[in-house]
Amino acid sequence: MLMLAFDGLLVLALLWSAWRCLASTDLSRAVVMFIVFGLLMALAWARLDAPDIALAEAAIGAGLTGALLLDALGALRSRREGRDAPRETP
Amino acid sequence: MNRFTRGLAVAVGVALAATLVAALLELPAAAVYLPGAVAQHLAQSGVEHPVTAVLLNFRGWDTLLEVAVLLLALLTLLTLRGSEAPVAEVEAEPLLQGLARKALPLIILMAGYLFWAGAYRPGGAFQAGAVLAAGAVLLHLAGLLPAWAVPGRLLRLGLILGFLVFLAVAAGLLGQGALLQYPPALAGNLILLIEAGLTLSLGLVLAGLFLFVTGRQA
Repeated sequence: MLMLAFDGLLVLALLWSAWRCLASTDLSRAVVMFIVFGLLMALAWARLDAPDIALAEAAIGAGLTGALLLDALGALRSRREGRDAPRETP
Repeated sequence: MNRFTRGLAVAVGVALAATLVAALLELPAAAVYLPGAVAQHLAQSGVEHPVTAVLLNFRGWDTLLEVAVLLLALLTLLTLRGSEAPVAEVEAEPLLQGLARKALPLIILMAGYLFWAGAYRPGGAFQAGAVLAAGAVLLHLAGLLPAWAVPGRLLRLGLILGFLVFLAVAAGLLGQGALLQYPPALAGNLILLIEAGLTLSLGLVLAGLFLFVTGRQA
């Protein structure tokens, strides 16, 4: 019964985080939701008795991809600032 | 997009999803019971964990190509990015640096454990490599490891070592008649050798996918 409730919550949280990730107009929030989705997905794999995939999902799906996305976001932001700065000087 | 086209898109999507689910439900049961076949031949595979047995013995060919694809992705990335050195410097945060210094030995220990545990429980080269790569990314984010510019000779060797070891084992066993068919007596050691190379190389490749691009103003 307890595990059933946990699984139900997990499914709801997965759907919610996936929807928030796709529907959010704020990029940094979308990236954070993507990482949350990856960690929840790792939990779901663990619940499905697939610990191998859970490990890979947590490390690659949530960790490395999340870091890459955050880095890309930072690069986009600094490029935008770099483009705006010369426009103000003349 | 107006409301009508949006509604149409949702309706088409729902219809497609329903068709796919219906088609999946009508699939006949698999003719071969694969888990049974794996369990039957597990004793000859050289490892005790069925996932590792499938990945590195029964379907080693797939894993070999998978590693090649990862290497190819890294090579493509190296050709696509500009040749100028990374510019952005990470400012040093003492708290983050202290945490990274404390965490790194644990990360390396964890990667070693995952690599070793792959023989008899969930784990293996891919997971261990991912943990190693995460350690490298953490070091970079803490400002302790600069982003990689052009890979030197040692780094290049490290990146391809796992693939070369895998390929050498595959070539050495060609005389057996089938690709990557290990003799049962040697299988455990060969898998351990391949996984050791793969752990190092996959760690470097995955870290490279981050460290070769970060801090660049393309």
